[in-house]
Formats: sequence, structure tokens, C-alpha cells
Amino acid sequence: MKKELTIFDKPKNVKILLICFYCSLVLLLIAEFFIHPHPAFYFETMKGFSAVYGFFSCVLLIFLAKILRLIVMKKEDYYDR
Amino acid sequence: MTGNLPPAIVFIAAALLIPLFRGRFKALYMLLIPAVTFIIIMKVPQGNNWIHELWGYTLIMGRIDKLSLVFGYIFTIMAFLGILFSLKVKDNLQHVSAVVYAGATLGVVFAGDFLTLYLFWEIMAVSSTFLILASRTEDAKKAGFRYILVHLVGGLFLLAGIVLYIQETGTTAFDYIGLSGPASWLIFLGIALNAAAIPLHAWLPDAYPMGTPTSTVFLSAFTTKSAVYLLIRTFPGTDLLIWIGAFMVFVPIFYAVLENDIRRVLAYSLLNQIGFMLVGTGIGSQLALNGAVAHAFCHILYKGLLFMAAGSVLQMTGKIKCTEIGGLYKTMPLTCLFCIVGAASISAFPLFSGFVSKSMVVTATVEEHLVLVYLVLQFASAGVFHHAGIKVPFFTFFGHDSGIRAKDPSWNMLLAMGIAAFACIFIGVFPQPLYNLLPYTVDYIPYTGAHVVGQLQLLMFGALAFALLILSGYYPPEIKSINLDVEWTYRKLGNRAYAILDSGLNSLNRRTENLLISTVKGVSAFFREITIHLALFFSVNLWLIQGYRDKHLTMKKERLYNEMVHGTLPVGMGAAAAVSFVFLIYLLT
Repeated sequence: MKKELTIFDKPKNVKILLICFYCSLVLLLIAEFFIHPHPAFYFETMKGFSAVYGFFSCVLLIFLAKILRLIVMKKEDYYDR
Repeated sequence: MTGNLPPAIVFIAAALLIPLFRGRFKALYMLLIPAVTFIIIMKVPQGNNWIHELWGYTLIMGRIDKLSLVFGYIFTIMAFLGILFSLKVKDNLQHVSAVVYAGATLGVVFAGDFLTLYLFWEIMAVSSTFLILASRTEDAKKAGFRYILVHLVGGLFLLAGIVLYIQETGTTAFDYIGLSGPASWLIFLGIALNAAAIPLHAWLPDAYPMGTPTSTVFLSAFTTKSAVYLLIRTFPGTDLLIWIGAFMVFVPIFYAVLENDIRRVLAYSLLNQIGFMLVGTGIGSQLALNGAVAHAFCHILYKGLLFMAAGSVLQMTGKIKCTEIGGLYKTMPLTCLFCIVGAASISAFPLFSGFVSKSMVVTATVEEHLVLVYLVLQFASAGVFHHAGIKVPFFTFFGHDSGIRAKDPSWNMLLAMGIAAFACIFIGVFPQPLYNLLPYTVDYIPYTGAHVVGQLQLLMFGALAFALLILSGYYPPEIKSINLDVEWTYRKLGNRAYAILDSGLNSLNRRTENLLISTVKGVSAFFREITIHLALFFSVNLWLIQGYRDKHLTMKKERLYNEMVHGTLPVGMGAAAAVSFVFLIYLLT
């Protein structure tokens, strides 16, 4: 039997991963100041628009999905009954 | 010799011979089918080829131009990968129907006239149904039945449209049609159903997740994308498609977030991706159409890859629901890695294939100043990363440890996933070869600083939302459940209509039947009683004459009565009764 990978079993490794992830977010925000801007629409001239839009899209997605779940979720044997 | 045969015929004819081969020869033979076809497609000159006359109609089996070629290439490549992935499956039904299905799709793509198109269209519907039935479970049987019914109805729409079209134009050849009269609307509906355009989409998430671990890989590639091809050819620039597409990009991601079955999550994200293609088709500019084609090309590869990864998990663990799997990276590291490549591609991460194709469609919306559509597409891009990019790998390979310790699948499955993963990265890093294949000249540079940083911000801050929601416990928990979709109308409503008809018409039927039966029963009982009493009357007189009295007579009477009632009376007794009747008359006269 091959050895198992267990790197994510250690909380320390998960913590390092999360710290790297948060650092990359900060870097992305800084990077925007060093590139030639190419806004698609007027609202994209704001710095960090994509970041804010991406974040709130996902929050809204989850929020609406939770509401949708109240309406459409049924037990697995719904159609067999 | 094969150079003279259309690709579809090569595939379908070769498929029928698959059961004759065994072992390694079979594997080699099956892999050769797409390989040989690929060479045929490469060598055939542009223009109309393989033209036949039939009953006064011209059948064009090889309309070769840049648009059909790029789809021909990707379908052949995907057929190769699918065959490689399913090489060790010991089920001729699956192999034959998969290869016929792929061949019929090539027939649809290269068809230059409606009759050829319709022929291969129906072959596609039937052969793909067998791929769903191949699971041989009760659920798959029911889903396959619903699938074929829906597609036959769609086929009828297409056929009706074709008949009207031929009547109006006097020709079977087709190219750009555009929405104008009833004929074009019927054709549009028929094609849109196969493209799973909302609200004609429910068959896809209903049926695809029911396939076997390997057959779903074929299903995910062919039907919908061949329909997208037809829409690009016949209805480019149809405004309606922009709105259908935007709706498709938007709505399925909510279902994908809620779904528990990984393959159903992928089916909903498939709908979402087709939405991008339909938006591109609807805009109809050169950039938009190029984007739709490029996205279809990339999508077939990464969606195939994701379904292969999901199929591998299903094959090795027997499970595919979020609530039942998790922590599989420990023992399936390669499958996990390939799944992440597919997930990064569908999320349009820079350096992966989705980035260089999806962005063309998004940029096309900018050029047309479609602000709302642009915002919807960006919302969906973040959403796709959320459910397909993070949810699928996270809940399958990480998340809670399910305790399952399944190994990576066999070499052929890993190789198929490896090739697809390589192609996803190659296209992402070097998009130019793909751009060269597109129908129009490409004047588009995906890798600009603004685009890369903007896209990364969108995705990574979406990921931040996921991380925070998971850590805070607000993320909707995985629940064993199903979610209602449009198929409810024909599954539940249909059943109710059936029940109403059943209790209405059938109870009438039952009552009529009961009335008839009770009448017949009464009549037959009357005649039986008459016979018994007649028989007793004549027998008793006979026995009296013969001298039976008292106990003997009662015993004989009871025995005769019982035998008459229970039908155990020998036939001879009837004859005896008749003879005694005649004898009595003779005595009395």
C-alpha cells in the first residue's frame, strides 16, 4: 500500500496556506497600481472594482442559493413517492 | 480507401465491428478509429465533399469550412480521449454506442443539407440514450426513458421546421437562417433543445449524472456542443440568444452550489458554460463568434477532464455525493491534480484554457456596450470559480475526511486525464494555435496586465468569500437531497396528470368492466344452476327407477351436486345425464 499524503492534516500547514492566500490578495490589490489600466466601462476605473465585485458576487450567490434551497430542496426519494 | 468515406460513416461502420475484437487488438482498434478519422478530416479539401443524390435530393455529408473543421477536430480528439478513458470497460454496448454517438456528431457537424443533418441528429439521440441506460440501474432506466422522449419531441420540432423550410425555399441545403418565419422558429426550438437552452435544459442535469463513470464523459462533449455549432452556423446574431445565454450563465450556478451529487454539479456548470457560448453566438460579431467557438473547444476538453475525474472517483469509490466522499487527495493524488487543472481551466485562471476563450466573449460584450450582460458574465465567472473551481475539488478531495482510501484509477484513465490536462494548460499558455483554427482572423490579445490582474482579483476575492463562509459556518451545508428544476413539470406534474387521467378514464373503464363481468357472471351462474338442477332432477328419477332409496340416494345426490359445483364432474357424466334424459322421455311416451 502506497504511503498516504497527509499534509493538510496538520493545522500548521493549513495556516501557512491561508497566510499565503491572504498575502496573494494583498499583492493583487497592490499590482493594480503598476499596470496599464484598461477599463471596460466607467465603473472599472475605480481601483479594486474587480476584487469587490468578485467578493460580493460570491456572497450574494451563497445568500440567494440559501433562499433557493428553501424552495426547491426535497428529499432524495421525492420523485419515487 | 477510407479517404473516400465521410468521417461519420467511418466511425459508425467501424463501431459495429468492435464486438468482433478481443483484448489488446480491441483496444488498438478502438483507438485507431478516431486517429484515422482525424487524418481524413485533415486531408479533405475545403468546400462540399461526399455528395450523393437520393430520391432527387442532394445529400452533402462533407461541408468542410473553418467552422465545421474546428468542431470536427475537437470532437475527434474528445472521442479519442473518451475511448482511451473507457478502454478497460468490458461492455460492448457502451463501446459501440459511444463510437456511434461520436460518429453521428461528426455527421451533424459536417452535414451540408437538412436531410443528412436530421439522419445523424436522430442517430445521436438514440445512441446517447444507450450510454445512459448502460448503468443498468432502475434510476438510469427511467432517466434514459425521459431523455429519449424529450429528444424525440425536439427532433419532431426540427423535422417539422425542416419540412416547412424545404417547402419554402425548395432546397435542402442550409447555412444562415435567422429567426423569421414559423419554419425558422421550429428549427431554432429543435436545436435549442439539444443545446440545453433554458427553459429546455432540464433533460441534461436529469440524465447525464445517471451515466456510467465512463459514458458521461462522452455525453458531456457531443450533444450540446454540436447544437452550439449549429446555432453558430444558422442563427448567429440572434438577440434572443444573448438573453437566453445570460440567463443560462446566471441561474444554473445557484443549483450547482446547492447540489450534492458532484456529477450533477458539473452538469449545471455545463449549462452555465453553454450560456457563455450562446451569448457569443447571439452577439454575432467576429470576435464574439470566435469566442463562442474557442470556448466550445476549450470547454469540451476541460469539462471532459472534470467528468473523467468525477468518473474516476465514482469508479474507485462507488460514491459521488459530497456527503459521502472527501479527503481523497491522500490516496488519489493524480486524479486530484488533474481535477484541479480542469477546475482552474473552467474558472478561467490565467495560463489555463478557459482564460483565453471565455475572455473573448466577455470582451465582445464590452465592444457592444452590453453593460448588464457584462456584469452578469462577470458575476457568473466568480460563481463558476466558486462551484466548479473550488467546490468540486474541495468537497471531493479535501473537506471532511470520509475515511475512504481508494487508489488512483488504471493507467489508461490517468493517461486520458493527463492528455486533457496537458491540452488545457498548453492552450492556456500558447493560445495562438487554437486562434489559428477559429473561423475568423483573431485580433485579440488575452494576456494584458489589466486583464490578468482584473481576472485574478475577481477570482481570488471570490475564493476569499468561500473561505470566510466555510470558516464561519455560514456556507450551505451538504445535505442529502435533490433540487427541483423544470423537469418537475414532466416528472411530477406529468405524473399527476397521469393520475387524474387514470382515476378519470380508467375508473370509467373499470366500472364498465365490472358491470360487464357481473352480468356475465350472473348469466353464467344462472346457466350453471339450471344445469345442476336439471342434472339432479333427471339423475334422481333415474336412481329412483334403478331402486336407490334413503341413505344411498342422498349420498349419490350430494356427490353429484359437489362434482357439478366444483367442476370435477367427468365429461361422461354430462353425457350420462343427456342419455338418461332421452331414456326418461322414451319411458314416459
